[in-house]
Amino acid sequence: MNRATRDGKILRGGVLTVVLAAIVLPILGGLWETGRAGFGVLPAIGATELSLAPWRALATMPGIATSLRLSLTTGLGATALSLLLAVGFCAAVHGRMSRRSSGRMLTPFLAAPHAALAIGLLFLISPSGWIARALAPLAGWDRPPMLTTGNDPWGLALILGLMVKEVPFLLLVILSALSQIPVRAHLTAGRSLGYGRGLVWIKVIMPQVWPLIRLPVMVVLAYSLSVVDMALILGPSNPPTLAVMLLRLFSAPDITQILPASAGALLQGVGVALCFVGILALERLGRVIGLWWIRRGGRGVSAEPGLLLATGLTMLLMALGTLAMASLLVWSLAWRWPWPMLLPDSWSLRAWGTPGTGWARALTTTIVLALASTAAALVLAIAWLEGEDRARSARARWAEALIYLPLLVPQIAFLYGLNVVFLRIELSGGLVAVIWAQALFVFPYVMIALSDPWRALDPRLARVAGSLGAGPWRRLFAVKLPVLLTPLLTAAAIGVAVSVAQYLPTLFMGAGRIATLTTEAVTLSSSSDRRITGVYATLQAGLPFAAYAAAFMIPALVHRNRRALSGEAAG
Amino acid sequence: MTLALIDISLRLGEAAPLFSPLTLTVRPGEIATVMGPSGIGKSTLLDGIGGHLDAGFTLTGRVLLEGKDIAGLPAEARRIGLMFQDAVLFPHLSVGDNLAFGLARSVRGRAARRAAVTAALGLAGLSGLYDRDPATLSGGQRARAALMRTLLAEPRALLLDEPFSKLDAALRSEMRDFTFAHIRLRNIPALMVTHDPADAEATGGPVVDLGSFPVRSGRA
Repeated sequence: MNRATRDGKILRGGVLTVVLAAIVLPILGGLWETGRAGFGVLPAIGATELSLAPWRALATMPGIATSLRLSLTTGLGATALSLLLAVGFCAAVHGRMSRRSSGRMLTPFLAAPHAALAIGLLFLISPSGWIARALAPLAGWDRPPMLTTGNDPWGLALILGLMVKEVPFLLLVILSALSQIPVRAHLTAGRSLGYGRGLVWIKVIMPQVWPLIRLPVMVVLAYSLSVVDMALILGPSNPPTLAVMLLRLFSAPDITQILPASAGALLQGVGVALCFVGILALERLGRVIGLWWIRRGGRGVSAEPGLLLATGLTMLLMALGTLAMASLLVWSLAWRWPWPMLLPDSWSLRAWGTPGTGWARALTTTIVLALASTAAALVLAIAWLEGEDRARSARARWAEALIYLPLLVPQIAFLYGLNVVFLRIELSGGLVAVIWAQALFVFPYVMIALSDPWRALDPRLARVAGSLGAGPWRRLFAVKLPVLLTPLLTAAAIGVAVSVAQYLPTLFMGAGRIATLTTEAVTLSSSSDRRITGVYATLQAGLPFAAYAAAFMIPALVHRNRRALSGEAAG
Repeated sequence: MTLALIDISLRLGEAAPLFSPLTLTVRPGEIATVMGPSGIGKSTLLDGIGGHLDAGFTLTGRVLLEGKDIAGLPAEARRIGLMFQDAVLFPHLSVGDNLAFGLARSVRGRAARRAAVTAALGLAGLSGLYDRDPATLSGGQRARAALMRTLLAEPRALLLDEPFSKLDAALRSEMRDFTFAHIRLRNIPALMVTHDPADAEATGGPVVDLGSFPVRSGRA
């Protein structure tokens, strides 16, 4: 109606254009190029004829059926188990833990990159790791037992690794959903009607929570089904999961292998899409069965043992994760560490002592990539949210879906195709290409992290500023952004963590020429030198921790004399 | 300076108007009161006059300030001050910097601006609190700081949205006197929304009850 709203429409139009051009188009372009290659058309390698040959080649690959089955069991298994544990844990501890303290507990797990955690877990569960060392006196082992604990052919280690990462993520998502529901009142009401605590959770609370966590659960599912770096480190190696098999084909010396690899990438994408359909079908089914169950009014089943089990297993996962991170640092500093001692005999900084040989350079590259992709994502997210404010209208559902899009499409399904696009516009192999590809995944997380605090900002602050003569830009820079300093920095820390963790985008877009802590750590993870691997993985995990620490300390310093902004109110 | 509302009505989308067209003239130094039941659109009326309407609301009619229609201007160009029941001080700025944020651009030079803020703090009984965190002020101190911040922007009119409802009885009459005295001193028109008949009485100005207005047919 007035200039301000018009301003907002222009800003929103601009943001939408950038989002479409920089995020949606590359994904669609990548899918298109992958799809063409999957059907035999990849002019760059001289393949120009549309055919089903790539599919036939894929179908006759040795071990393809096992790979497919492994992807499905590890992906679905990790997601289902993570969801069960997270829900059970929330039901058991909700109300006994403040949002703040649970956030503090979860942050280290959210910050830790997948690859670093996987390497630490491999150290921990391998026959020469802490668990076997601790059991040695009890089991009477005098040398490392001959057991395959990592890279087991069933993918159990991979499921465990995924769960250590995904349970905390789902806990965070569920806790934030619970804050929008009058849990206490519904629990009281349900229990006064004779239902046990666990049953009220299943029959009353969860049906309200599910719509709020459906998208994040789908993100977890898509990720688990198509994960590459964790599967390389913890997963079975021969045959590996589908995504790892595709990575091998994509990077095989024989470039014609790219065609069946692309067909497999399509298959991966379709598989994830089918699993999404499965989730929605299960939701329908769950609604029917749930209503039938609720109408029966049964109160007899006690869910209490289940809740206890979920709590215990969640605590165990967190303990494993903590030990995994610790073992990275210990290995990087270990010199002589005879079996079955729990700590090294002698310590050494030798692995750290030669930064010139590689880690200093990888660290610098990683920091540059993280800062650039996070800055780009943060600017776009602020522009998006400010556009919503100025147009004074809420977010449409399709816009919300747009934000999640990069997280729902498996990376391997479109990244190779995107590389083909980047090659064509002569961007491939450079820092810009990698920053762009990483920002595709950084932006959604930054946007999701910033949206709630941004909307929770008291709208009267901007109104008062307006009535005092401050125009829209001054309202943004002098009032909103400073007041939102804490959530802005938290979003930035999350962005850094996401960027540091990226493996496939760096590998594909960097054309192997750009080495980050993550690509180096994954490569080293199969080597025998745990000290060097430990250095890279420690640094990889350390960067996000440093970012979170900065996000915590900077507002505390800047707002040290501002009670309303330091502490609970700012969260 | 006179604030004149002519045939003002507000509607959300295509719905019927919230209240029947309102016409009201507020002369300089006068405080008009708008009363009426919750949900009738009192606060929305203030949003419309100040330029802060949420999307979906449309205002019809004319809002004249010094004879000029300001209904098409963005909020920051209207120069209409706004007071809420909470002070809504900027939490990231000190008390003094909150006032400096409001202080009109026409006051130039660091020393002059600082002096203007210090003087305003003195007027509000907040001398020496320039560097204080607004979160550490008492309710009354906060309310006075917010009024000073608004007045330093040299508004041409003032909108008060239940400004005293969160203060306890003793503080309320003190704050009322303080606010009204400053409005009369500045000789600007003010429009106040309130539930408290005592507030309306104290103004000595016109009182409009949106609820008792004859309402156009079609409203549920």
